Amino acid sequence: MNEKYIARSRQVAYRVLGEETIVMSASDSRLFNLSEVATVIWQAADGRASLSEIVNRRVCAEFDVLPEVAYPDALAFAEELARYGILHISDLPIPAVETSAPIAAAVNP
Amino acid sequence: MSLMEQLNRKALGLGVPLSVHLDVTYRCNERCEHCYLEHDDRGEMTAAEIADVLRQLADAGVFYLTLSGGEPFVRRDCFEIIECARSLHFNVKLKTNAVLIKEKEAKRLRSLGVEQVQISVYSHRAEVHDAITKVPSSLNRTLAAIRLLKLHGLKVTIANVLMQGNSRDSEGVRALAAQFGAHYTLDPTITPMIDGNTSVLRLRLPARELGEVFHNAELVGDVESFCAPPPPVDEDVREGLPCSAGHTACYISPYGDVYPCVQFPLPCGNVRRQQFLDIWRGSAQLEQVRSIRAKGLPTCSSCSHLGTCTRCPGLAYMEGDMRGPSTADCEKSFIRTGIRTAGMLLRDAASAMPGLVQIQLS
Repeated sequence: MNEKYIARSRQVAYRVLGEETIVMSASDSRLFNLSEVATVIWQAADGRASLSEIVNRRVCAEFDVLPEVAYPDALAFAEELARYGILHISDLPIPAVETSAPIAAAVNP
Repeated sequence: MSLMEQLNRKALGLGVPLSVHLDVTYRCNERCEHCYLEHDDRGEMTAAEIADVLRQLADAGVFYLTLSGGEPFVRRDCFEIIECARSLHFNVKLKTNAVLIKEKEAKRLRSLGVEQVQISVYSHRAEVHDAITKVPSSLNRTLAAIRLLKLHGLKVTIANVLMQGNSRDSEGVRALAAQFGAHYTLDPTITPMIDGNTSVLRLRLPARELGEVFHNAELVGDVESFCAPPPPVDEDVREGLPCSAGHTACYISPYGDVYPCVQFPLPCGNVRRQQFLDIWRGSAQLEQVRSIRAKGLPTCSSCSHLGTCTRCPGLAYMEGDMRGPSTADCEKSFIRTGIRTAGMLLRDAASAMPGLVQIQLS
């Protein structure tokens, strides 16, 4: 199995609301509501952790599910979001996915 | 129920302020004759203060962030603020007159992932638009910016505030929006100035012209449905909330003052002295706003328009009672349907009553 790496697009807005996450694409204003499990994957999608790591360390640990069951679902979820352009998938780690935050960094070093 | 409605309902249940409107300045490079603001700087928040507020808003769960003014781009650090907001993953909407947006700015807004830019256009005719903004060539500069923003793939909404000076130009502005591939929104509401001064209300559209707008299918869609008599009021309507102000939305001024809404100048706290969440959760004023239910409105609860009226509690507050009728909304309901509102009937009755003190001249 080839490792897959996932990273949130810079062109989205998102916020956790309760256990779920709202995501909006800046390019077409499409709105998404991610479930609790999808929220865990989304939050871990920093481009550095592989999808299998995310599934093993986060999804399986938090939701009591086997990796061989969770991974195909997680991959299908990632591919669906990638089709909408709000998540990137790559065979290699994806660098620098987040925007820089000069002011925020100054306030909260 | 749409996804948006579901989110609003969920935010309401969780007590989350889903939307915040933050004016980063009241200064402006235009002097629009209907504007409700004073443009002097009385000590606006610094970029670092705003960054701190933005972090608090993100922690509170705010998703939709409208950055406006005044004209936000008169601040030299405007892009720092937008960058900070985007780094905190807000869905950012900008309200601007766009005259300071050139190629470099348009490109930067796109790369930052700003979701939407709302731009005020008063007329397709320069002499009308520029007379309202009181800035020569402002229409040309605004339209040039819209062209650039669209070229860079940004979503642009043209906001067309209708008043006496431009009442015949909505069709022209709508055509401009179509030509640019921009969205178009029409707003016939002129509000009192934020200090309560009502002199700008003289610019409101006369009833006959507002009636023409409300009966124009190009502007309102299905006229028959839009202007239909209100349906009977049911229990859901009577239990209903007036709007999102103070429930899932609020407004923050450039000086850090928190209000239920930009049109609702009831001071609820100041983020320079208190944490935002302490204000959001603990303000007695916000609690007062949240306690309003349609069935508890002394006049409007008996009105046949209760379920369809756009009654703005902020405008009502500026008239003296947040639970009272808003004259402008009463007029809109009447002009739309031809049926007088409870507020109008009350005023009619009051004006027909003899004075309490009668003086008889011999």
